[in-house]
Amino acid sequence: MGAFQRDILLIAATVAAACALPGVFLVLRRMAMISDAISHAILFGIALAFLVVQSVHSPLLILGAALTGVLTVALSEWLRNTRLIKQDAAIGLAFPLLFSIGVILLNRYASNVHIDIDVVLLGELAFAPFNRLIIGGVNVAPLSLAVMGGILLLNVFFIGTFYKELKLSTFDPALAAALGFAPVALHYALMALVSITAVGAFDAVGAILVVALMIAPPATAYLLTDRLPRMILLSVGVGILSAVCGFYFALWLDASISGAMALAAGFFFLLAFLLAPDKGMLAALVRNARNRWAFAETMLAIHLLQHEGQPEEAAESRVDHLYKHFRWGERFARRVVVRAERHGVLQLSEGRLRLESRGRVLAQRQLGLTPADPKARDH
Amino acid sequence: MVELLHNLLFDYTLRTVALGAAVLGVSSGILGAFAVLRGQSLLGDALSHAALPGVALTFLWGGTKDPLFLAMGAAISGWLGILWIQSVTRYTRVKFDTALAIVLSVFFGGGMVVLTFIQRLPTASKAGLDQFLFGQAAGMIMSDVAVMATLGGAAVALVLILWKEFKLLCFDASFGRSIGLPMVRLDLLLTTLLVVAIVIGLKTVGVILMSALIVAPGAAARQWTDRLGVMVALSAGFAVVAGVIGAALSSTAARLPTGPMIVVCLSTIVLVSLFLAPRRGIAWRWLRAQHAGRRLRMERVFADLYELSRQHEDPMHAHDLATLHAMQAHPAGVLDNLRKLEEQGWAHEVEPQRWALTDRGLEHTHELERGNRVANLGKET
Repeated sequence: MGAFQRDILLIAATVAAACALPGVFLVLRRMAMISDAISHAILFGIALAFLVVQSVHSPLLILGAALTGVLTVALSEWLRNTRLIKQDAAIGLAFPLLFSIGVILLNRYASNVHIDIDVVLLGELAFAPFNRLIIGGVNVAPLSLAVMGGILLLNVFFIGTFYKELKLSTFDPALAAALGFAPVALHYALMALVSITAVGAFDAVGAILVVALMIAPPATAYLLTDRLPRMILLSVGVGILSAVCGFYFALWLDASISGAMALAAGFFFLLAFLLAPDKGMLAALVRNARNRWAFAETMLAIHLLQHEGQPEEAAESRVDHLYKHFRWGERFARRVVVRAERHGVLQLSEGRLRLESRGRVLAQRQLGLTPADPKARDH
Repeated sequence: MVELLHNLLFDYTLRTVALGAAVLGVSSGILGAFAVLRGQSLLGDALSHAALPGVALTFLWGGTKDPLFLAMGAAISGWLGILWIQSVTRYTRVKFDTALAIVLSVFFGGGMVVLTFIQRLPTASKAGLDQFLFGQAAGMIMSDVAVMATLGGAAVALVLILWKEFKLLCFDASFGRSIGLPMVRLDLLLTTLLVVAIVIGLKTVGVILMSALIVAPGAAARQWTDRLGVMVALSAGFAVVAGVIGAALSSTAARLPTGPMIVVCLSTIVLVSLFLAPRRGIAWRWLRAQHAGRRLRMERVFADLYELSRQHEDPMHAHDLATLHAMQAHPAGVLDNLRKLEEQGWAHEVEPQRWALTDRGLEHTHELERGNRVANLGKET
């Protein structure tokens, strides 16, 4: 691997890690689409700051853009607070306007310089290493690596310092407010962090990939764990993995690196979505099916218990009666009976069903009829 | 201005673009109104981004820019996006917004990968990225408009046919389910129509700004009315007006892209609606609050006067202005409010600096007590 490729990989991995950190809290706070709004709206700030300082490589550009991100959030929150429109509509109104003004400004006044809208949106990681950070004549590192490294440190520092506050205000905002943790200030600080990260990253990977790297890895981690520290670490790991895999994928295809990285992030999420233990789709389907059988079995047991020893027992306990009584299909009813018999819930003889002691306990427990009810025992 | 109108009618390019924008306005306005009501404003954003790989792939495959062909590609990938969002939110604990953001960015990333292939094509009809991202309104021809009008007309016709079902879907889906309507399928159908509306807009405003055309008209129309029919019609009207004006404005100067101009026009309509819409508007609310505040301050002075009159044998006894001053936390406006009470005919200045209730004023206090509006008038004694 050449130094050039190593630089790209390093930049990509740094961006991925820096994005995943605030992303965790966006996902948990149900504000994922804020990242989309911010990453679009910063174009307005970039355009405005560019018109003021007339340079593409000015720290003012980052500051201006980051401010616009926070402004977008404030604008959409103000819109929502008027209670005239819902929150999602407020976000959907605020950022296209700022983005449009940014596009118009750049088209009108900056079309002769190299600040292409494509680049802002899509980024071009392949060119990132050419821009070097030179301190005292020494070529230290690619500029975007230095910038993103700084932003990563800032994110680590912020989340490390305010970990407890972030955690509480994410999971119990009311308690956080009651304890005086200033959730509003924290919220805006987080928004500023997202904005700064988005601005730093768009240069390297473009605005849309910022969304992919901020949301997809934390969402993947969210499907794998219930613990916040583990989720943060996993997000960073999945983010870096997406960056690396995306890079090689793009190399192999000779295609857009940031696009391939977004695809990789999406692929890992897809894997987690399908296969995650407990929380994935497959697990949910298996659980649903199991619940369906267990429910049918319990219903059958309760039905038999109700009529046990009653005069109508002979009619009610016939297997073909179940089709009508439960509106079960014949196949389903037979399978329920077979399963119930295997579990020792009932016994089938001459087309009649007879409750076994295990089934009786099951039904009684469900109906809350005996002290065998586990809840009753616990109290 | 006259020239602009003239161009709008007789300049082929501008007329075509304006017509396209108007067609887009009708479909996105109508379907956007439903999306806004159903809290799916950002779904439009995600789905329009999700359309990109479909457009790019069909272009790469077919090698054609036939609008119907591209629209089909966009619709298919948009639809896949919907399915993914729905299954993610249905089967896992990942929330709607997160699912949206993932579909948006991942599909868009996929589209970018395909676009890099397109850029490498040797063919002359190489499409710039801008065209997909921001549309290419200036390159629109009448056959494009015809395709847009057909698709949009079909979508709008379906909405009209299934009007009451969709209405139920927006406002009381569980009731719809209870009377046996297939709400899940209706939901999917309405969302699919939203994809159609998005596909129609790709040429005019592109994938990125399409979300504004979905959200803004509906959000603006919502301010003016509480009736679905009026809202949908208004929404379409706003979108058409903004589309035509935006297209016309962008033709007045070089390098004024059409899509962003339309969005700016639409946002202006939204802001005007938010401020000025009768009853709901911010300006109206402010005026109402001012009026209520003035009335409240006046009534407070009136309550004091009544309080004093109750403590006197003769309810019409005149009381010192100074006493009334002393009873108010902010005595500055007491005299003004007394004059207002005088205008109302509830109080009068018996002799300089001394005020008393009038007969009508006394009557009013009884009314107030009956209405319980001054429930704590007597409590302070």
